[in-house]
Amino acid sequence: MIRTFSESEFLFIVASARWTLLLTLLSLLLGGLLGFIVALARTSQLAPLRMLAAGWIGMIQGIPVLMLLFLSYYGLSMGGVDMPPIVAASVSMAIYASAYLGEIWRGSIQSVAWQQWEASAALAMSRAQQYRYVILPQAVRIAVAPTVGFIVQLVKNTSIVSIIGVVELARAGNLVNNATFAPFKVFGTVAATYFIICWPISLLARRLEGRLNARRSG
Amino acid sequence: MNGFQFQFSPVFARSDVLLEGLWLTLQLSAIGISLGALLGILLAMLRGLAPRALRWPVDAYVELVRNTPFLVQLLIIFFGLPSIGVKLTAEQAAIGAIVLNLGAYSTEIVRAGIESVHKSQIEAGLSLAMTRWQVFRHVVIAPALARVWPSLSSQFVLMMLSTSVCSFISVQELSGTAANVESDTFRSFEVYITVTAIYLALALVMRGLLAMLGAVLFPKGSGLGRLRTQSGR
Repeated sequence: MIRTFSESEFLFIVASARWTLLLTLLSLLLGGLLGFIVALARTSQLAPLRMLAAGWIGMIQGIPVLMLLFLSYYGLSMGGVDMPPIVAASVSMAIYASAYLGEIWRGSIQSVAWQQWEASAALAMSRAQQYRYVILPQAVRIAVAPTVGFIVQLVKNTSIVSIIGVVELARAGNLVNNATFAPFKVFGTVAATYFIICWPISLLARRLEGRLNARRSG
Repeated sequence: MNGFQFQFSPVFARSDVLLEGLWLTLQLSAIGISLGALLGILLAMLRGLAPRALRWPVDAYVELVRNTPFLVQLLIIFFGLPSIGVKLTAEQAAIGAIVLNLGAYSTEIVRAGIESVHKSQIEAGLSLAMTRWQVFRHVVIAPALARVWPSLSSQFVLMMLSTSVCSFISVQELSGTAANVESDTFRSFEVYITVTAIYLALALVMRGLLAMLGAVLFPKGSGLGRLRTQSGR
């Protein structure tokens, strides 16, 4: 039965964006936590930890997100436990995000002037205090713009989880297209919804970056 | 407890199928990345030469592509174009989407390189009686490319990894054949571990090759200092 692409189909697609947003949020929180650990390990004084973190980043950045998704999906269900697809989806996106956020935040931590480490050490601060009161507050400012920029990549990559049956934006588009055969209208709506989510974030990232550069040169 | 036992032998028995998939992945990547990079460099040059008022079509293209998922671009091309009478095979649609996608990212990266060339360099070139084109070619484009080569390289590797998404439209590249082997053998985890290892090896080799290519194309100093740009992931 062929349905026409009407208001209800349009609303179905747009409303499915809530799953895209939820998935982005979950993977950002989980991936952010993991990524923070990766960044700390990557800037650690212990060489084995640094190597481990570097290996993690290099490995995850060399694997397609689709493969991370399949490995999480089948890996988590290997123990015989049936995982809801949204769990596997969030886990794989979080692993993906941890490598990129870890690398972004490593760069931010390392771009804090090394004299800051010396000065805070001279004040008899412990390593944890140095991070807490001196290094991280400065690193966060540098990290904000690229982190916001990465969120756009995260939103877009959540489209891949449609293959394991999570009905987010891309999957909703596929379902409606199969019923209506109006690909331009359907995927146009899907693309427009992604664009409306991503573009403001991109613009924000650019503005933050510009502001940071202005502050540096001024 | 049902202990999971790894069984790779059924997967390795189908290695001929996976190798065919790998071959298609290599072809898609090679063709798509070459054409995409070319498109990006041309558009960035066009944008650099065009009067300010004519830049918006390039900018709109870049923004539209960079703010929508590769998967959706692929689906629009694969399902959309045939609906208006343009017949396409899945492979052609895949290459089209790769070129479209990488073209936008490369345009953005090269544009950043072009804009980083200092005005005084251009004035110096003109004062040496170089023509406008010579200045653009030797003083602007060449150093710009040298500077953004690292960013371009990582974008190329990301694009190679993203070709896996083409399995969504039934292209039988590496991840597409992996799905076939999976449904034949039911060894899902083993199949995807194997294929993941292949992608990882591909990415590592590609990073190495691109670094070497960069060293040959852009000898030390040709970039007049490196530039860090934000590359899409």
